[in-house]
Amino acid sequence: MMSHLPALQVVVPLLSAPICVLLGRGRFAYGFTLAISWVAFVISGLLLQAVVQGGAISYQLGGWAPPWGIELRVDLVNAYVLLIVSAIGALVMTYAKPSVDREIGAEQEYLFYTGYLLCLAGLLGVTITGDAFNIFVFFEVSSLASYMLISLGPNRRALTASFNYLIFGTIGATFFLIGVGLLYQMTGTLNIADLAERVAPLTGTRTVQAAFVFMVVGLALKAALFPLHAWLPNSYAYAPSVVTIFLAATATKVSIYVLIRTIFTIFGVEFSFGTMSLGPLLFILAIAAMLLGSTVAIFQDDIKRMLAWSSVAQIGYMVLGLAFATVNGVAGGILHLFNHALIKAALFMAMGCVFYRMGSVRIEAMAGIGKRMPWTTAAFVAGGLALIGVPLTTGFVSKWYLLLASVESGMWWIALFILISSLLAIIYVWRVVEAAYFMPSPDGAPEGEAPLLMLIPTWVLIIANVYFGMDTRVSVGVAVDAAKALLGGGS
Amino acid sequence: MTIDQLPPGLILILGAVLVPFLRGNVRAIYMLLLPALCGWQVWHLTPGEYGVVSLFDYTLVALRVDKLSLVFAYVFTLAAFLAVIYSLHVRDVVQQVAGLGYAGAAICAVFAGDLITLFVFWELTAITSVFLVWATRTERSFRSGMRYLVVQVGSGVLLLSGALVIVNQTGSLTFGHIGIDSIGGQLILLSFGIKAAFPLLNNWLQDAYPEATVTGTVFLSAFTTKLAIYALARGFAGTDMLIWIGAIMAVFPLFYAAIENDLRRALAYILNHQLGFMVVGVGIGTELALNGVAAHAFAHVLYEGMMFMVLGAVLYRAGTAQGSVLGGLYKSMPWTTVFWIVGAASIAGVPLFIGFTTKSMILTAASLEGHWIAWTALVFASVGVFFLAGIKIPYTAFFGPASGKQVREAPVNMWLAMALSSVLCIWIGIDPSRLYAVLPFPVDYVPYTGAHVINQLQLLAFTALGAVILFRCGVYPKSEPGQNLDSDWVYRRLLPAAAHGLVDSLAQARDEVWRWRDRVFDFILERVFHYHGPRGIMARTWAISGAALWVMVLLGGYLLVYYL
Repeated sequence: MMSHLPALQVVVPLLSAPICVLLGRGRFAYGFTLAISWVAFVISGLLLQAVVQGGAISYQLGGWAPPWGIELRVDLVNAYVLLIVSAIGALVMTYAKPSVDREIGAEQEYLFYTGYLLCLAGLLGVTITGDAFNIFVFFEVSSLASYMLISLGPNRRALTASFNYLIFGTIGATFFLIGVGLLYQMTGTLNIADLAERVAPLTGTRTVQAAFVFMVVGLALKAALFPLHAWLPNSYAYAPSVVTIFLAATATKVSIYVLIRTIFTIFGVEFSFGTMSLGPLLFILAIAAMLLGSTVAIFQDDIKRMLAWSSVAQIGYMVLGLAFATVNGVAGGILHLFNHALIKAALFMAMGCVFYRMGSVRIEAMAGIGKRMPWTTAAFVAGGLALIGVPLTTGFVSKWYLLLASVESGMWWIALFILISSLLAIIYVWRVVEAAYFMPSPDGAPEGEAPLLMLIPTWVLIIANVYFGMDTRVSVGVAVDAAKALLGGGS
Repeated sequence: MTIDQLPPGLILILGAVLVPFLRGNVRAIYMLLLPALCGWQVWHLTPGEYGVVSLFDYTLVALRVDKLSLVFAYVFTLAAFLAVIYSLHVRDVVQQVAGLGYAGAAICAVFAGDLITLFVFWELTAITSVFLVWATRTERSFRSGMRYLVVQVGSGVLLLSGALVIVNQTGSLTFGHIGIDSIGGQLILLSFGIKAAFPLLNNWLQDAYPEATVTGTVFLSAFTTKLAIYALARGFAGTDMLIWIGAIMAVFPLFYAAIENDLRRALAYILNHQLGFMVVGVGIGTELALNGVAAHAFAHVLYEGMMFMVLGAVLYRAGTAQGSVLGGLYKSMPWTTVFWIVGAASIAGVPLFIGFTTKSMILTAASLEGHWIAWTALVFASVGVFFLAGIKIPYTAFFGPASGKQVREAPVNMWLAMALSSVLCIWIGIDPSRLYAVLPFPVDYVPYTGAHVINQLQLLAFTALGAVILFRCGVYPKSEPGQNLDSDWVYRRLLPAAAHGLVDSLAQARDEVWRWRDRVFDFILERVFHYHGPRGIMARTWAISGAALWVMVLLGGYLLVYYL
């Protein structure tokens, strides 16, 4: 049983999806999905434990040895990505029931849960697999599910948002696949570890270079790196609250993870940053994302949309870390990947609570909400502080490493941009605080807090944000080790 | 980490959280107990480093106790106690929580042994204190508070940036002597300079302090700027540049104070000028000078706080602190008038008052080190402040032509706070040995020598004489429209016409700069909104074709650039 954990990590949610359809309407679908989410979480916890104790695990699917067979490979880096995806999944499902009842009709609920399970399976699959083609397959599994999930949004504009996402998700995946195809043509292998070895002597060829460009651009599109972010704001804004929480915390993170794998593991630092001079490109795009994303966020009146734009900016931070290609920089990027998942999930959960009570997440709906929904608002403020990067929260830790990386690389001006973007974050978080605490409640505004079932997961995430902001041994340790491995292994 | 390892300021910060849950007298007693308890803990601290924790690779020292931090902690705790007494009549829970939290953050900050802890509490003082400005609850105070917050948070950001550079160069976050040799040091100096209201960085002070509530200004006057002085004394002692900055600071705000009609704003300018003395002291950096800085900061918190209390009492009773509509209050508020005179005597350095025993240390240090220009500036500033605080403001508010306002004496809690401050000002003025005993370095300075006393008395006497002469000679400055001539003719006559021209052009320059600032700000905002607003090109939902074009541009561009 234990030795099959890597396979179970993907297979359990994947096979649960059809079962969920069979369960149909009623309470069972929810209970079943909840149980599966927690099982997936336990599996990823066990996997992490095994990796920490015994080093990387290689699992041969069907007993075919790599590089011929498909390999599932768990090391320190993706064990943590698995953990964060499944942990967010478990928390989101715990949170989901009241919100889903409110936002998605009872008719469609079982479809929602099925879609969610498929999406989870896809994301876990992308993360765990050691095979480049498999990444594409699982990308498609998760993306197709998420198009469906987004389209379930209460507003009809969710349909166009979903369609938009479909187009770009497909372009991104196709580009990635073209890249993989070109690599296969040159090397005859799809296994990532094997690719890393075989690509090295071929880096002078145009085919490999084209493969690199296709894969990087495709993944940047999947990760919503500016200016390829066009699909993101509407998708997050119009999707059901639960879907937004889950996708914002996991989907783009997994894409960034694959980007890290591609740049550092398959192609290696020397090729990516030396031959292909990826550094300047990523710097420019990352900084543009940070500044423009934050600036646009300031002017948004729909708070979910505001947070979505803030995500565009935060993805900039992650990519910025990678662009340094130094231990501190990459560690900062990876840290921000984890931290931002915690922060954004908490913030979107708070917005889900607001929507549950108010039926709107526009800034007008926030007026006086600090008095009527004190716990929800406090959670939003705490999450906002982490987003800004106030010390003793997770946001500070990752920004500190990014700042450190920019200073040690001698690129002062980048530190300046990080600080400016943080100041912009103060402004957009402040707008909500101002409305919530300083504006009077309109007459007849709905009273009362969100259900405990929604508040508890929100606060678990808030506490996690504070905890990992203070006790940084685990997160920083892993990120630095992972960064060293990625940088050392590539060159 | 046990309880005695925690910074004492946390008592105030955490204690403040409970305030909303208490009612009436219990709340009042509780609020008095908090600073008392904090003071008790501060008093029992012994020098050393406590509360050492490690955050990622660095060692943080939450509680670093030495003589420099202790003297500031003493006066901060004392000021918190007095300010709480002064504000006992206030029922506004926002102010109570913010005031206590603010005082606690400042006390924590002086005990910070590393730059990160300092940064945290540095920002916390900014965030808590802004609520004292907002508590006035007017549109004006909201805007003013917002500007204040932006500047203060900006100062914190600079501090963090500097810390980052320093940790990168030295690998250590310890908050000790920093110096301006590295860019990190320069950033931190700028950060401290903003909080210490250096020339050109001072607008936030005169902008926000007079907008705060009656009691809020008393809190504000005590902590933020003195925290900055403490930080300067620790990090930049002996930096020559500061002597010049301090000398300018000691002189120029007085011109603005002279033309200001809002007495609380005028006093804010005077506060700024007093900081100049301390900055000069830090710049000199000798043991005597640093003792002088610590002592003067101690004294300054007491008397400046008391003067804000007096004007607060006037504002509370008379409903305004505009000089042009006040006058003759000495009949109805005799005690308050007395307290002002004690404060003015202290600020002007009259012997037997606290200011004399502390300010003269800095002056002596300046003359011993041969900084004659700075010394002259400080003496000139002493004369100026005696004119303003000793003659102009009391005349305007208390002795000038009666405004016809019938008001009562200050409430008993305000009276008590002012009385306690006055007693301290006189007591330490007569016998400064207790204050000298807590200064950072051993003191062998004797304030009451014949030479010192006679010098100072001569200075004051000639100032008064000069006033009479100018008055007799009839040097009438031109009048300003819209101002009540009756209430301000005294000081106008005292200022020679040349000084007036200077003042006018300074004021014009300031207004011009502010107008320009507003215009640039508006322009930038308008442009940013144009591109990033909800209908701007950035925020609009991009059409699929347009967005897909970006994909092609990126892909094609990258390939093209690379292949070329």
